[in-house]
Amino acid sequence: MGAAARSTLIAAVSTVVVFGLLVAVVVSAPNWPSVQESFLNGEVFWSSLPAILTAFRVNIALFLVSEVLILGVGLFVAVLRSLPGPVFTPVRFLATVYVDIFRALPGVLVIYILGFGIPGLQIPGVPTSPFFYAVLALTLLYSAYVSEVYRAGIDSVHPSQDAAARSLGLSRFQSLRYVVIPQAVRRVIPPLLNDFIGLQKDTVLVSYIGVVEIFRASQIKQAATFNFTPYIATALVFIVVTIPLARFTDWLVNRDRKRQLASAR
Amino acid sequence: MSGAAVPEAPVVLRLEGIRKAFGKLEVLKGIDLVVERHEVVCLIGASGSGKSTLLRCVNLIEPVDAGRVYVDDVEITAPKVNVDRVRRRIGIVYQAFNLFPHMTVLDNVSLAPRKVLGVPRAKAEADARGLLARFGLEEKAAEYPDRLSGGQQQRAAIVRALAMEPDLLLLDEVTSALDPELVAEVLGVIRELARGGMTMVIATHEMGFARDIASRVCFLDGGRILEEGPPDRIFRHPTEERTRRFLQRVIESGRLGAEQAAGSPTD
Ligand SMILES: Nc1ncnc2c1ncn2[C@@H]1O[C@H](COP(=O)(O)OP(=O)(O)O)[C@@H](O)[C@H]1O
Ligand SMILES: [Mg+2]
Repeated sequence: MGAAARSTLIAAVSTVVVFGLLVAVVVSAPNWPSVQESFLNGEVFWSSLPAILTAFRVNIALFLVSEVLILGVGLFVAVLRSLPGPVFTPVRFLATVYVDIFRALPGVLVIYILGFGIPGLQIPGVPTSPFFYAVLALTLLYSAYVSEVYRAGIDSVHPSQDAAARSLGLSRFQSLRYVVIPQAVRRVIPPLLNDFIGLQKDTVLVSYIGVVEIFRASQIKQAATFNFTPYIATALVFIVVTIPLARFTDWLVNRDRKRQLASAR
Repeated sequence: MSGAAVPEAPVVLRLEGIRKAFGKLEVLKGIDLVVERHEVVCLIGASGSGKSTLLRCVNLIEPVDAGRVYVDDVEITAPKVNVDRVRRRIGIVYQAFNLFPHMTVLDNVSLAPRKVLGVPRAKAEADARGLLARFGLEEKAAEYPDRLSGGQQQRAAIVRALAMEPDLLLLDEVTSALDPELVAEVLGVIRELARGGMTMVIATHEMGFARDIASRVCFLDGGRILEEGPPDRIFRHPTEERTRRFLQRVIESGRLGAEQAAGSPTD
């Protein structure tokens, strides 16, 4: 038997043993039968799944709309924070305050304050749809994080690249647009994807302001069936959607590392 | 000079009292320099004498602390001058090439003509291909810079500067980052530019090359141009003791070819 085959076998056996033991411990717990009934009820699972999947479309819509906005707003804030010179001090200051505040606040608070507070003012013409405030809150929260990721990318582009662009007569804006930002964005794609895995999960937080999305839908099902299995179904949906994205991010990170090693030869 | 038919100002670049300090370190302590059209001025001087800083002050990438820079008799250090417009007319090539790594060679060369001068893409690319062909790089147009040798990268950087059809080209030790066997191809390109009448200011450590190509050599020392004159005089009969010592050190480090050493300031 080859060394590779043997180590694969050892890995497989040890995995099976460890997980087998875990399952044995859980299943032999004194209260297992009742937990099994209230969390792993096959009937409830299949009956609640359609409603849960339908509601998940709202999460997907929230995610997609917010993501596009976050990519734009985050980049805009990052650019504002990287503007040099005393002329831009007020702009830099405001952008920094924004980032600091929204990174400090727990997401749920922002969603509550925006989702209940602004419509509560009853200003004519201001939207009342919870979906609108859900998108607004997620965008404000995540743009603060994403702008920091972009900024790290912008800072990692050597100043000589900007100098070369400016030397050719490109304006400050053109240098950012064509030379600095394209290089910066390439470098920060993996951390950006990490933030988007977080965003994907945080879309459930907006259930607190009345958006009927997957988490709210599973709460409704749980209340109707007096059974917690709908939450397990929701958990499975997130696992199925998030793990491929996480693997893809890892793959990108690895590929970049290999490239860097290759070019540093 | 045979510039009688040329309507442009005969003086391309004039520096008056350029001063520049980094914190407490005074790098340039009052530089005066006049460069006429079609002249090739070589800046020599020890490492750290301020050659790069001076070139970067000329295209205002480094703001000057005091003094004036005139290009074609227009002061570009005056307030409210649009520096982007000025820089279009001054090409600069850096020691480290500074090509844009995320663009092909063709895009590197055609970017500024397209975005700065508004040349349509098709024409900008055709022009770029023409220039690349002139410098033996036509096959590399579609490559990314990291696929090129150092010499090819530096030639591409020169072509990128030339694509803007500058009135003045600044070269900052463009061969210093190259392996010795690649130096000749880049120097060849610069010689060809000089033959074509390009006005250039060249910071260099290649004394043999400076001697061949320069219409004038300036020796930078202590933040000033200590001595300037035609290459033959500077290399054979420097009047300043410090110039003599600098050239002596260069000879000892083998940077000056045997032919130049024969006419060294020690004879
Ligand atoms: N951006 C900078 N900040 C601080 N010091 C600098 C900077 N650029 C150059 N210097 C210093 O200025 C001096 C002249 O540098 P430089 O112009 O690069 O000389 P040279 O090109 O002749 O070798 C050196 O002492 C260098 O360390
Ligand atoms: Mg230098």
